[in-house]
Amino acid sequence: MKLLTHNLLTSHVRGVGPRGFPLRLQATEVRINPVEFNPEFVARMIPKVEWAALLEAADTLHLVEVPKGPTEGYERDEQFLRKMHHVLLEVDVLEGTLQCPESGRLFPISRGIPNMLLNDEETET
Amino acid sequence: MDGNHRSNPKCNKTEKKFLRKQIKARHTLLRHEGVETVSCATQSLVVANGGLGNGVSRNQLLPVLEKCGLVDALLMPPNKPYSFVRYKTTEESKKAYVTLNGKEIVDDLGQKIILYLNFVEKVQCKELGLQALPPGLMVVEEVISSEDEKMLLESIDWTEGTDNQNVQKSLKHRRVKHFGFEFHYETNSVDKNKPLPGGLPEICDSILEKWLKEAYIKRKPDQLTINQYEPGHGIPAHIDTHSAFEDEIISLSLGAEIVMDFKHPDGVTVPVMLPRRSLLVMTGESRYLWTHGITPRKFDTVQASESHKVGIIISDIGDLTLSKRGIRTSFTFRKVRQTSCNCIYPSVCDSQRKETPPSFPESDKEASQLEQEYVHRVYEEIAGHFSSTRHTPWPRITQFLKALPSGSIVADIGCGNGKYLGINKELHMIGCDRSQNLVDICRERQFQAFICDALAVPVRSESCDACISIAVIHHFATAERRVAALQELVRLLRPGGKALIYVWAMEQEYNKQKSKYLRGNRNSQGKKEEISSDASVQELLEQMPDMGDQDSACSVPSISDFWEGGCNSSKVTNSKLPVHTNRTSFHSQDLLVPWHLKGNRGKDKPVEQFGTVGSHDPGPVFHRYYHVFCEGELEAACQTLSNVSILQSYYDQGNWCVILQKL
Repeated sequence: MKLLTHNLLTSHVRGVGPRGFPLRLQATEVRINPVEFNPEFVARMIPKVEWAALLEAADTLHLVEVPKGPTEGYERDEQFLRKMHHVLLEVDVLEGTLQCPESGRLFPISRGIPNMLLNDEETET
Repeated sequence: MDGNHRSNPKCNKTEKKFLRKQIKARHTLLRHEGVETVSCATQSLVVANGGLGNGVSRNQLLPVLEKCGLVDALLMPPNKPYSFVRYKTTEESKKAYVTLNGKEIVDDLGQKIILYLNFVEKVQCKELGLQALPPGLMVVEEVISSEDEKMLLESIDWTEGTDNQNVQKSLKHRRVKHFGFEFHYETNSVDKNKPLPGGLPEICDSILEKWLKEAYIKRKPDQLTINQYEPGHGIPAHIDTHSAFEDEIISLSLGAEIVMDFKHPDGVTVPVMLPRRSLLVMTGESRYLWTHGITPRKFDTVQASESHKVGIIISDIGDLTLSKRGIRTSFTFRKVRQTSCNCIYPSVCDSQRKETPPSFPESDKEASQLEQEYVHRVYEEIAGHFSSTRHTPWPRITQFLKALPSGSIVADIGCGNGKYLGINKELHMIGCDRSQNLVDICRERQFQAFICDALAVPVRSESCDACISIAVIHHFATAERRVAALQELVRLLRPGGKALIYVWAMEQEYNKQKSKYLRGNRNSQGKKEEISSDASVQELLEQMPDMGDQDSACSVPSISDFWEGGCNSSKVTNSKLPVHTNRTSFHSQDLLVPWHLKGNRGKDKPVEQFGTVGSHDPGPVFHRYYHVFCEGELEAACQTLSNVSILQSYYDQGNWCVILQKL
């Protein structure tokens, strides 16, 4: 699971609503997967990122050199885009958990796959 | 005990190879067959690869063995890729051991076979004991004259088209023709309300009358299936569906003899020789409880001595050899059953089975359970096979994804094996599916995927620029759940974001054109036509080869048997979901579609180094629940959603499709 994907995921346990975001990340195995750098693509991701969630996740993984937010004119700031490229696309969480910040429900990540299946009681409305 | 061979420094390369193989043969025999070999010389040897199951006949092997000395006995167990030889003296068996190890002989099919010999303490062979024919089984020899045989064979017109009244199919393992009633291989039954025009061929009438008079049969059949088996063809072990046919089932063998295997549920197998021009009559236990089948092979194991020509292949393995098969045509006559079966074998009787097809769901909870059992569980089971049949992306879906602006975030809800996740590298695509096994496949392909239900997608609202839902919504069992799934899809979209939705259509014929699903993929249509296949089409294209397998399965007892009659039976309550017949039009919007699982063979394949033995097993059948959409139904469902406008709706090869936009 890349951190860009983590940035999109939220807890969907019944009743938690927007308070289910962001999912708390705990990782026991992380791999760095080199991905070809595409500055335009990364630049287009920047406005879509929820920064607080990204920084929190990067922090739990003890990543360094993570920009604190979009810089002025970031579209042309290669250094910034390279850092973001690395954080969003190259860091891959293989094993760990995602935890709902509201209900505490834990979702396992195994072989890079978050299992977000809920049981019946958790989905009933 | 292998050491003395391995350490021999004088061995050249070839010799070493033979030794290795010989040792391997020894291990295999022990592991798979429980045949224990010994290192010290004895009178008896096991000859690996020199067996009836390997295409080696008695009169080929015996002379080879006799060159080394006087053969006391040669035991050739049926269907095994080895045999046992006992020499008069240990000297002779030693000679055979030395000279014949690694010896190449040519089998009856002209293939080279290399023999590997090992000493055995004593010949171990399960004594099969004296066998009797299954109760209720009778073989009447020379039941018709050779003139009648010729006449019957010449009366079959295999060249007739499929649009002819007498439905003809070219199955994978044999040719088939039906009269009286068409036999449906999907349900292993006949449609009792739809007799074929013309009934049975006239030519059969006098013959059947004669058999009635001779009291070989008690009632006159009204259904005929003609099968033609070339050497190498077969039919898997099956019991004819109880509810479909009456007690008496008879089969006339023409053109050539064949060995048919009868098997009791306890495991007893009785191979029965059906001579040319003989009539097999199955009644009672042999009809209801025993399975019968023909192993696909080019040779049958038969008694070597001339005296035994009919009936059981007696288990005297000192007298078995091979007989080359010829083209056999069988006329199988049956009487269609009008009432349910009340035989005394409920364990194999579909009429008496407790299991019933699932009902149309009455509540959300029932719908959820139905989906659990007939969608989620099934995909989990068939994931590997399913994925192997899903490689070609469908053009219009590809087109949709390629047209999205670079840097779009796209969710594929119900992504299956992820075949769309890598279509456009300029997108960040995430996929999710209910099936863990399918998501595993996505991950192996380096895609971003997670496991979830399409009714509760763990993605934050308005985070996606686009979503696709391909062949997913039709798996939800109530209108409310289908709308809820669509609503969940829309929730993910940012304002202005687009979703593409594909569902399977009730109408498989549209604008006077049959979908690929109905047309089939083999016969019609040039290859170059523009194929815009879709979920279901793709599925069916891929399933058709399955049918090839399945038709050979004939009426193998399977889950589908439990549901026989679900479609058209009057006994079953109306709420039961019908089982769809693949490649036909839909008759119900809510139905179960069979999936014939392949690729699970090989686990218990015996001794692969000796070549293939054993019979061809059809895979299990799984049923997936579908709600197929009528024209306008998908749009209507989308119109109930808030903040949505429908940009486009179209029909694409048997699917209804909508592109909608969030306002």
